[in-house]
Amino acid sequence: MKCLVTGSNVKVLGKAVHSLSRIGDELYLEPLEDGLSLRTVNSSRSAYACFLFAPLFFQQYQVATPGQDQLRCKILMKSFLSVFRSLAMLEKTVEKCCISLNDRSSRLVVQLHCKYGVRKTHNLSFQDCESLQAVFDPALCPHVLRAPARVLVEAVQPFPPALAEVTLGIGRGRRVILRSYQEEEADSAIKAMVTEMSIGEEDFQQLQAQEGVAITFCLKEFRGLLSFAESANLSLSIHFDAPGRPAIFAIEDSLLDGHFVLATLSELDSHPQTLHAQEEPQRPEPRLPVHSTPHLDLDDFAADDMDSYMIAMETTLGSEGSRALPSTSLSPGLQHPCSSSPHSEEEDDDMEPSTVPGTPPPKKFRSLFFGSILAPAHSPQGPSPVLAEDSEGEG
Amino acid sequence: MKFRAKIVDTACLNHFTRVSSMIAKLAKTCTLRISPDKLNFVLSDKVANGGVSMWCELEQEDFFSEFQMEGVSAENNEIYLELTSENLSRALKTAQNARTLKIKLTNKHFPCLTVSIELQLSVSSSSRVVTHDIPVKVIPRKLWKDLQEPTIPDADVSIYLPVLKTMKSVVEKMKNISNHLIIEANLNGELNLKIETELVCVTTHFKDLGNPPLASKNASQDRNSEQMAEVHIDIRKLLQFLAGQQVNPTKATCNIVKDKIVHFDLLHEDVSLQYFIPALS
Repeated sequence: MKCLVTGSNVKVLGKAVHSLSRIGDELYLEPLEDGLSLRTVNSSRSAYACFLFAPLFFQQYQVATPGQDQLRCKILMKSFLSVFRSLAMLEKTVEKCCISLNDRSSRLVVQLHCKYGVRKTHNLSFQDCESLQAVFDPALCPHVLRAPARVLVEAVQPFPPALAEVTLGIGRGRRVILRSYQEEEADSAIKAMVTEMSIGEEDFQQLQAQEGVAITFCLKEFRGLLSFAESANLSLSIHFDAPGRPAIFAIEDSLLDGHFVLATLSELDSHPQTLHAQEEPQRPEPRLPVHSTPHLDLDDFAADDMDSYMIAMETTLGSEGSRALPSTSLSPGLQHPCSSSPHSEEEDDDMEPSTVPGTPPPKKFRSLFFGSILAPAHSPQGPSPVLAEDSEGEG
Repeated sequence: MKFRAKIVDTACLNHFTRVSSMIAKLAKTCTLRISPDKLNFVLSDKVANGGVSMWCELEQEDFFSEFQMEGVSAENNEIYLELTSENLSRALKTAQNARTLKIKLTNKHFPCLTVSIELQLSVSSSSRVVTHDIPVKVIPRKLWKDLQEPTIPDADVSIYLPVLKTMKSVVEKMKNISNHLIIEANLNGELNLKIETELVCVTTHFKDLGNPPLASKNASQDRNSEQMAEVHIDIRKLLQFLAGQQVNPTKATCNIVKDKIVHFDLLHEDVSLQYFIPALS
């Protein structure tokens, strides 16, 4: 495989990597017929991000050299990011960037051709892996918002950089409201400041949502895509559904598209936030315990209050066989063979490749993996563990 | 208890933002005292503050185009609120291009100072509203006595301060050597900042600073104008005070009561700030 990026597109690629680095620690790289796909997912599986660069984005784009198997790999985000760390440097000195696969040394080679004949070569080790794909369809979301990135940048500007979560919704007069979301503090003596930003409908290119709908998602992760959209001067669309269902943030132009799929808090987790400035917020509801049942049947998923699942992940083993798949270590009790649910299209899924970190991530968003729609070419591997990790215990 | 105020003038808004930003640097938590004519930011000299105290006063007329307040009662027509200074400063900083800024005391689930900002970023954009609800604690009347204007002590020496930025950079470097700073001045316009350790002694001399006319006439006769009055203080407290002064004040005086307390009396345009650092015990 060989991809050659030239001119100002190098910086665009760099910016995309920066955005992805806000989400996950591993970058999944896969050259497809459609273009080069760069994807990542966060450790709690509550955020997924992907950029697809069309073949026209590159001066040269070769999916696979004859004799080479299709590359599907993951690289440490830190390593890949280090190549593109300084965007200013990319802009000023890098003329070309070439990404290729070195078969002999099993390394992904990223070579920067800079001014004055300087050539920087990075040999990155990678792991063959399954293809990381989230199943999502913006068209299925009933609510859409679209605005130039600049408007959304202005919208998040009043919020402190450290703010984790924000609620987005439609308030009275069809104004778009963003409000800082505060987790319930056990020690409620020190309350945090609440900030709300309200923007008129006319600033949006598209606003398809009724008054009163709202979702709460991670602002920090959203900022990752927002900064890319701002630098590329693109519009950003937000497709969302009921609280608890993932929200899809999308940008596109003729040469690339980007999608960030973020978990949203389910209604049962969040206190019902009214977005009308005049009204007083309701008393927050008590949080539900995270581990409602130690063993989860697939049927329970539907009825379970753990419906802040985010993404149905489809994982397939690479045809060359995954090597060195780390053994999954899950909290006891959650590993459970799943049965096909009669009504849904979900089927057994495969081994989730990466290790679950020891400490639960701090976010309230829970995640679960379960079998998803498999492409006809891949047959299920027989009963496999269903992996549902809780992202944190009750505070 | 009621409080509503509005600022429409950009210069007033920027000035108020600068004041709140200075307060945020000087005190993490402070008391906002609201009275019919004034606003005060107060830090009382509790152990928790290390004995440091602060009294900042501004005339509400200088800032607000509308100002209405109703205190706790008719006889006690004041409101005392405790808040995290940084919240107010952050809220005001988002009002860069504001058309109007409104502050009011509200009770949204808990008492808040609600700062409501109307923005119009460009002719083509919609009007935007940013609202910040700053949680506050209403201070009961029985605690008001600790939050009154401090009495200015009779100083042994009063002297005008040098450029604060210079003072700050000197003190910053000294902090690396020792936490114990001696500040001394005389009636001859000389101010010294000294640190002494076993290995080294560093002194910075400021000359020709000028002294304000002394309050009591007798003292000026008796005192030798060369004699220094000194106070030993914690250098970090001085540094915190200096760090809060982003702009050089219109007027800056230092009053020393020897071995007792250093009193800084500043005037930033029409906002007065008094800051007291006690001597190390």
